[in-house]
Amino acid sequence: MADGIRDKVAILGMGCSQFGERWDMGAEELMEEAFSEALADAGIETREIGAAWLGSCMDEVNIGKSATPASLTLRLDNIPVTRVENYCATGTEAFRGAVYAVAAGACDIALAIGVEKLKDTGYGGLPGLEIGTLPPLWWPNLSAPGVFAQVASAYMSRYKVPRDVLKRALAEISAKSHANGAKNPKAHLRKPVSCDTIMASPMIAEPLGLFDCCGVSDGSAAAIVTTPEIAKSLGKHPDNMVTVKALQLALSNGSEGGYNDWDGSYILTTRKAAQRSYAEAGIGKPREELSMFEVHDCFSITELVTMEDLGLSADGGAIKDVMDGFYNADGKIPCQIDGGLKCFGHPIGASGIRMVYEMYLQLQGRAGERQLKDPRYGLTHNLGGFPHQNVVGISIVGRYR
Amino acid sequence: MAQARGERAMAGWDEDSLTMAVEAARHALADRQTTPGAVYFGSTTHPFADRQNAGVVAGALDLPETVFTTDLGGSLKAGTAALLAALNHVAVQADDEALVVAGEHRRARSASAQELMYGDAAAAFTLGSSGVIAEYLGGHSVSTDFVDHYRAAGQPFDYHWEERWLRDEAFQKWVPAAVAAALKKLDIEAGAVDQFLLAEPAPKLAAAVAKRVGIADAAVTDGLLGSVGHAGAAHAPLLLANALEAAAPGQTLILVSFGQGCDVLVFRTTSAIAQLAPRVAVKACLARRKEITDYAKFQAFNEVVTLEKGLRAEANPQTALSTMYRNRRMLTGLVGGRCRKCGTAQFPPALRCVNPGCHHAGEMDPHRFADEPARIKTWASDWLTYTPEPPAHYGMIEFDCGGRFMADITDWDVGTVAVGEPVRMVFRVRGRDPQRGMIRYFWKAAPLAAKEA
Repeated sequence: MADGIRDKVAILGMGCSQFGERWDMGAEELMEEAFSEALADAGIETREIGAAWLGSCMDEVNIGKSATPASLTLRLDNIPVTRVENYCATGTEAFRGAVYAVAAGACDIALAIGVEKLKDTGYGGLPGLEIGTLPPLWWPNLSAPGVFAQVASAYMSRYKVPRDVLKRALAEISAKSHANGAKNPKAHLRKPVSCDTIMASPMIAEPLGLFDCCGVSDGSAAAIVTTPEIAKSLGKHPDNMVTVKALQLALSNGSEGGYNDWDGSYILTTRKAAQRSYAEAGIGKPREELSMFEVHDCFSITELVTMEDLGLSADGGAIKDVMDGFYNADGKIPCQIDGGLKCFGHPIGASGIRMVYEMYLQLQGRAGERQLKDPRYGLTHNLGGFPHQNVVGISIVGRYR
Repeated sequence: MAQARGERAMAGWDEDSLTMAVEAARHALADRQTTPGAVYFGSTTHPFADRQNAGVVAGALDLPETVFTTDLGGSLKAGTAALLAALNHVAVQADDEALVVAGEHRRARSASAQELMYGDAAAAFTLGSSGVIAEYLGGHSVSTDFVDHYRAAGQPFDYHWEERWLRDEAFQKWVPAAVAAALKKLDIEAGAVDQFLLAEPAPKLAAAVAKRVGIADAAVTDGLLGSVGHAGAAHAPLLLANALEAAAPGQTLILVSFGQGCDVLVFRTTSAIAQLAPRVAVKACLARRKEITDYAKFQAFNEVVTLEKGLRAEANPQTALSTMYRNRRMLTGLVGGRCRKCGTAQFPPALRCVNPGCHHAGEMDPHRFADEPARIKTWASDWLTYTPEPPAHYGMIEFDCGGRFMADITDWDVGTVAVGEPVRMVFRVRGRDPQRGMIRYFWKAAPLAAKEA
């Protein structure tokens, strides 16, 4: 039985670009912005990095194929660089590559950098994903809000939730993230928004209105990882060290979309990845032990069901927890303390690392105005693809001791 | 136009002559035990000028690939031409059955008289030598280059000449003569005709012809111009289907099509017609019609106005023809698989069974889902994605026999889609590629009419 990743790898430094409609910048400048911050934070030189992983999802409209854009832009030292893509879990996937390389002893220091330049596509929402030659011949002409709206229709049906009750809870979720994001200088959207405004916003995909959907932004985030021992040798103090406690990925195998037992009201893979993450991190009671979490709130309904899928709210109980403020900044387990995808938007390759960045800052007490009191464990969650056919990535980071 | 009264049938944005033909054929084949060996598809609006349209129909019906298929077109007689060709087929191959389909999606310029007069429809028949409900007695055909209207190859709209000339020259002269010739050939008295079915291009012509030939006024049937409109090459077959639905045994029916000549076909119903199981035919389709009063929608669906479709409509919809070919039974026939080990039905057909408790590899029998009862499991109404008729409805469709997939949901009004609603699968246009002229077909979930539930 493998003993997992817990405490084998420490975060040496992290960086995050300003997220937003960066008309002034290409993907290269965004990477540089995140990388230079991470490098300074780590206190190392570029040549000390032994391997790198670049996360970028939409290569056709972004930086193109292969990992060369990262190597060229950052002037890496002819080291191995690998481009990864796994839908919205792309950033987490890059992080996983770097962490595993260090844990395997393949290199001492590794870089994970994620980037996505969405605002050069001309689309208001996410552009379409290339899905091969067969799916376009039979899949509906779907959009991201449309596929996730199905979770809402299924959730209402399963728990017999009236539409207005769900709509109000979803508005609370978005309002909470906007309130948090307003305190984050790197967020794209920095204005508090009322529940009434959210509920009155134009319909995108029933019951999801405009404010139930996350923004579309450009951004990049970077992590430099090493072993705790090397971190110590580089002058990092163990008391202030953030280590990786768990890294898990779960992918659909087709049962949700092809076999009649899933009812569409939850994400099966999040549940599987969560169980494995808690076991790997040694967390027995997540609702008691988890200090904060960043979930893949591409849509408010996604955040709601993820609260249940992560075992933090009981099945059918997330609405009550949301209305009780359990996940607010001053609640028991703050969710999206940095503003989430809701305020950062979702430059796909960057999101997973951006989430870890916030957990890292919080665990080190460096989160400024939004700093939580003494957090111990932070969980990040990405959900990519479609509710019935997806990729889920979870990472848990925490204080070393 | 003063002549236009009542309603006309219009195809939805995702319908054309081919999808309507498939729909009609499915109803015609509903209780058949045998499989037709030939498909004849008559239309002047076949979606493809060079791709066997009847072959797509056969594929949608999941007929064996040993089927003979052919398209007939070029005139509004194409529907009766298909009937006559199929009659010849079964006359020569007495042990075979043939499927005849006629469908038409008629387009006309905005504000033209034709816009009011035309209708979109399809009809289908199975022909054979056993269990016959109407025996073909014989007929008479005339081919004359009488051009009351025409449409050059590649043109979207018809051009019409004066109606009085049509009435005086054709319907007072050579059409009645052709009907009289058919009756004489078969030795049938005009007064013995029970139903006179003339696919008239303008109202009241049938009555004029009947009068000239000596057929009783009472035998002249409703030409469906006020409920369907003139359905082009499909109109004569449509009138025949409508008449057979109500006909008693022993009746004599004369069917006349018109288009640069005419075909006259004479049928006599048999006692078997009384035993024919009820089916969805003309009356049922008219009864479950959906009323559209939005003229702009009609114009948009017929692409007679230039629409701003937005950036999402620009996505590259190139069809990989090799992929389409490999998966043709899945895509056109809605054929999935059934695991030989655990019996789980699944779509699409898989290399390894989808059942989490099985995952058996390599042993899957074909399973067709097109006629399987199903329900809506999840749904969305999406205002963001491109569709000619927003919002786009789609969701997880679950089959009672096992199996599910995320499908487009069509023909629903906003606010009426719900979890648990029963649906039936229908063959429709999934998307069009205007750049390359490709039309993609696939199956969608449509509401089940109350009486079909």
